Amino acid sequence: MSGQIALFWLLAVVSVCSALLVVLHRNPVRSALFLVVNFFVLALLYLTLSAQFIAAVQVIVYAGAIMVLFLFTIMLLNLGAPNALTDTRSIQKPTAIVLALAFVTILTGTGMVNSGMAASHASSSTLSTGGTVQTVGLALFDANQPWLFPFEVTSVLLLIGVVGAIVMAKRRI
Amino acid sequence: MAQRDGTWVAMIIFPEHIGPINVVAAVPYFAVLCIIGFILTIVPGLIWIERVVMALMQDRLGPNRVGPRGLLQSIADGIKLFFKEDVEPAGVDRPIYYLSPIIAMIPALSAGATIPFGTIRVRLESGSITEVPLVAGNVNIGLIFILAMASLQVYGIVLAGWSSNNKYSLLGGLRSSAQMISYELAMSLALLTGILMSGSLNLVDIVKQQAPNLLHWNFISVKYFAVPGLAASLIYLIAMVAETNRAPFDLPEAESELIAGFHTEYSSMKFAMFFMGEYASMLVASGLATCLWFGGWYAPFRWIVWDWVPGFMWFVGKVMAIIFAYVWLRATLPRLRYDALMKLGWKRLLPAALVVLFVVAAVDTMQTPLDVERRQPVVQVHKPTQVPMLAAPQGVR
Repeated sequence: MSGQIALFWLLAVVSVCSALLVVLHRNPVRSALFLVVNFFVLALLYLTLSAQFIAAVQVIVYAGAIMVLFLFTIMLLNLGAPNALTDTRSIQKPTAIVLALAFVTILTGTGMVNSGMAASHASSSTLSTGGTVQTVGLALFDANQPWLFPFEVTSVLLLIGVVGAIVMAKRRI
Repeated sequence: MAQRDGTWVAMIIFPEHIGPINVVAAVPYFAVLCIIGFILTIVPGLIWIERVVMALMQDRLGPNRVGPRGLLQSIADGIKLFFKEDVEPAGVDRPIYYLSPIIAMIPALSAGATIPFGTIRVRLESGSITEVPLVAGNVNIGLIFILAMASLQVYGIVLAGWSSNNKYSLLGGLRSSAQMISYELAMSLALLTGILMSGSLNLVDIVKQQAPNLLHWNFISVKYFAVPGLAASLIYLIAMVAETNRAPFDLPEAESELIAGFHTEYSSMKFAMFFMGEYASMLVASGLATCLWFGGWYAPFRWIVWDWVPGFMWFVGKVMAIIFAYVWLRATLPRLRYDALMKLGWKRLLPAALVVLFVVAAVDTMQTPLDVERRQPVVQVHKPTQVPMLAAPQGVR
């Protein structure tokens, strides 16, 4: 068990550091790469929670597909040069700091940080059966569960998004 | 598999404990050593095979100076690459420039972790005999894991192209990312068809379900009237060639227009690592094709001579046949033009894969009894271990 906790802290530190570097790094390509690292470590964290399917999907969708498109766009626009995007005289930075502090205060104030950790300790045995492909599939598509309709509606929403993107990209249809 | 008892390999029954070692628990470690060792040592052989086969097809002599029939040529090349000067061009983005050959190679190697390449039989303490698949990670996300690793592979090439500070490299990297994203869709849909036919994501289960004979292999499965399986496996094979950036889809490194594409600025061992990564991903893609479409480690049908060929030999033989097809394609087909490549991926393969998926799903639905009570899924839920990817194997059936 101690090994697992050590692994958790290692992954947690790496993921938080890479997430910070995404925001703080000046070079957009490096930022995107740190986001990839962050997604990958997040997938590893899912694995330690036995959520194998979510971990694999996280890598395929976020690290493998979306971030490749991000990198593609950054390279195509040639934003790779350092200091290309330095944002002077912007209210973004102070606003971000204030909002982040407020978020942390609310989380700790409502006791979510500590209770969340306690809860994950308590239910780890029940969680460990919940992440395989079979259980996820059964939960999503079982007629007795309430998730089938929202899931299908989400798929329709994604389809609308695809059609919308094509309509906007094409001049003549 | 009662009908498979004839082979001499099946007669070798390991005890559960050899000295202090638990055989069942040691199999994944053994499999890791086998896969990494096989991939790393076979690459010079593959290069030799490629050169000789291409020479035969093009009516040339091929390598013939170092060793008999040029057998040692690849080893000589390896030694040369190892001792070559490591040139670093001006203006490269250093950390990424040095990382990208590693990123190109590691996902390809780790994708091999879920590919089963045979079975051994073990007599448990209780006296019963069980078949243990030779696989490093017998996880029930096996196939998605390979897809995930394949989707990470593009980073090696894109980052190499970007960090080299060279227009040709950048163009190669951009082409590669566009190409790999496009063909990943067709490949995923073809794989989805295979998953639908097999009813599992676990590659061991997928192979075992094709056990009886040739007619149950997914590429010609009689259950689905052969045609959808043939179409889906063909789509997979085409997309596989494009995913591994091999001719006729080797646009990212097209020599005639981009010098060498993404690895123009790489020399010595860094270049060798790109090479190893390419061959490793070829091997893994062929291994996946073997498991999913061509019956894994099983012989086509029972025959007295074939029974003496052990399962892993069948597996390696099938992988090598697909590698031969790779070389064959490279020797015979000219490189596609870029727009033709995109047209093939998006306008031909993707709709075809969707149609095949639809047909297989329809056949599957028609073959499933309509009775609602019996449609309750009967899947055995694997008992996951605490840390599934890192801990001991789970699936000992």
